[in-house]
Amino acid sequence: MGTETYQIDLGNLMAFDPSHHFPSVPSDREDLVKECLHKGTELVQEIANALFSLPSAEDPDGPIVHLPQPTTRLPREKHLPKPKPPTKWELFAKAKGIKKHKKDKRIFDEQTGTWKRRYGYDRVNDDNDVPIIEAKLTDEPGEDPFAKRKAEKKKRVEKQENNRLQNLKQAMKVGALTSHVQLAATALPITGSQKEAPKKASKEELENVAGMAATATASGGKFDKKLPGEKAPKHTGKYRKFLPVVEGKGMGNQEKQQTEKILNQLMAKSSHDILDVNKAVTMFNVKKEKQRRKEKDREAFSTSTKLKPKKKSLKRSSKKKN
Amino acid sequence: MWYHRCNQLQQIMLKIKTPKTHRAKRALEKRAPKLVENGKKTLILHGTKTSNMLNSVLTQIYHLKRDSAIKYTKKNENIRPFESGGETSLEFFSLKTDCSLFVFGSHSKKRPNNLVLGRMYDHHVYDLVEVGVENFKPIESFKYDKKVTPQIGSKPFFAFIGEGFESVEELKHLKEVLLDLFRGEVVENLNLAGIDRVFVCTAISSTTVFFMHCALRLKRSGTSVPRMELVEVGPSMDLVVRRHRLPNDSLKKEAMKTASDQPKKKIKNVSSDVVQGKIGKIYIPDQQVGNMPLSSDIKGLKRERREAKKNKVDGENQSKKRKTDPRPKLSVKSESN
Repeated sequence: MGTETYQIDLGNLMAFDPSHHFPSVPSDREDLVKECLHKGTELVQEIANALFSLPSAEDPDGPIVHLPQPTTRLPREKHLPKPKPPTKWELFAKAKGIKKHKKDKRIFDEQTGTWKRRYGYDRVNDDNDVPIIEAKLTDEPGEDPFAKRKAEKKKRVEKQENNRLQNLKQAMKVGALTSHVQLAATALPITGSQKEAPKKASKEELENVAGMAATATASGGKFDKKLPGEKAPKHTGKYRKFLPVVEGKGMGNQEKQQTEKILNQLMAKSSHDILDVNKAVTMFNVKKEKQRRKEKDREAFSTSTKLKPKKKSLKRSSKKKN
Repeated sequence: MWYHRCNQLQQIMLKIKTPKTHRAKRALEKRAPKLVENGKKTLILHGTKTSNMLNSVLTQIYHLKRDSAIKYTKKNENIRPFESGGETSLEFFSLKTDCSLFVFGSHSKKRPNNLVLGRMYDHHVYDLVEVGVENFKPIESFKYDKKVTPQIGSKPFFAFIGEGFESVEELKHLKEVLLDLFRGEVVENLNLAGIDRVFVCTAISSTTVFFMHCALRLKRSGTSVPRMELVEVGPSMDLVVRRHRLPNDSLKKEAMKTASDQPKKKIKNVSSDVVQGKIGKIYIPDQQVGNMPLSSDIKGLKRERREAKKNKVDGENQSKKRKTDPRPKLSVKSESN
């Protein structure tokens, strides 16, 4: 048998026997169960000894003991709450040395001459209570002073709401937003996804976009009026080559050649024994390198995929019959 | 809570949403991160394929943890806890149900009767232990006196036996997870009459743990400490550790931060002075001296009246006794010769 020292964690009601080991696993299940029960009983007895020796308070249901803190440390399920950052007013008050004073609930209202609440139903300085507003020399004849007061109050309330929103945004940045407040987006960005808002388009993107728009014209943007400072689009002209309607003197049978070429390419794809392995390997490597370079560029210059122009591969199919 | 990058905040219109009912506010505050946390809840679910044995394992674990567990019945095919993309569903469920522990069961040819026990930190996967279940014996297969059945929600005892739990890393991790899973709420005061269950885990080999759930019987013994008797009641199974994933160090450090680092709450009206030591302030409410009742004026308390009442009850048919004043009166003696 090992030593009788067990590690006991009373806060968790746990006992651990680190010294026990099975010299040979008992083949019989019954024996194993019996041994485990026996050892378990010993350990539980140890815990009970420690538990019942604690000072207990009497209760109609039974003796209540005060458990110590658990010694085994287990991870938390959520992060520790972060302290709220001070609001703009709090910072200002601290800088100026303004202290908070306790406010009375009931204040004497000068207008009506009674005691009223500071805010709420029956309140002091209520706008509805003023019966007469005397006109000042600076007032215009057509203005409604009562409406003006209402409008001013509305503005004040709106300003306060904005300040409150700014304070909450500040708190959210730190991650210390109060649990029952949520900041929800009312208007989603145009691209639709909630995670990525549209970033400001960079200069290169705008140039590319102009180039894309240019390809929509029949002449490929060659004759479009250019703004001062705009560079020529990267690939001018179209890529379809039309054969001349009337063949010139030294041209030869161009149409025949064209169709021959196309047929050869088609036929070449199906036949396998004409593959030039070396050429294929070099072509593959070049393609791979270009892909890698493209990826690297894309990594370094991360833009929204929607604004990137589609890069058409301009090379013809490489499988040619020699 | 939505976490946005700060430059996006400038482009999205934000609105402050607060709960409109007190009930909703209380529900949100319950789920908020706190200094002293609530008890951890467990989410029990399974993947596309389960065996009979695994189904019964999951239901019995649910019975053991009735009040603090949620059991899902649907099949979840896109949950793969050990793969990097396969945890998103788990994290979503954990956020929805506010559960930070989960038990995910699945059965395949390569990993038969597989249970993944996992923990979450901030609703992201913290660590995982994958075990295979063998030699499972359900609660129904044990015969015992129904009177010793443990109550739901009682705080269990734990007995870990074997040096494997200290030497082998997988078993050390499994010990921690099992403790977390079955611990229940962390309480300060415990009623000694309510202890009725114990989980006995024995490390049989360097990969297997024999897990037993027993009821406790407290027998009378000579001393004030009762004698413990274990009666096997609950499910018992062999857990074979297959894989495990420990949390990375930075995450572990953050999760282990305790509340004791924060300053304690200030006790009101108590201050300490260098000269006088601990000083307390006591505020006495206003004494309305004018309205206080004078005790000697109360009619019923006069001893005469009390005695008179008593005599009246005692001897109804007795002749009318002259009321004697027990207080000594100054007798006026007239001097006459």
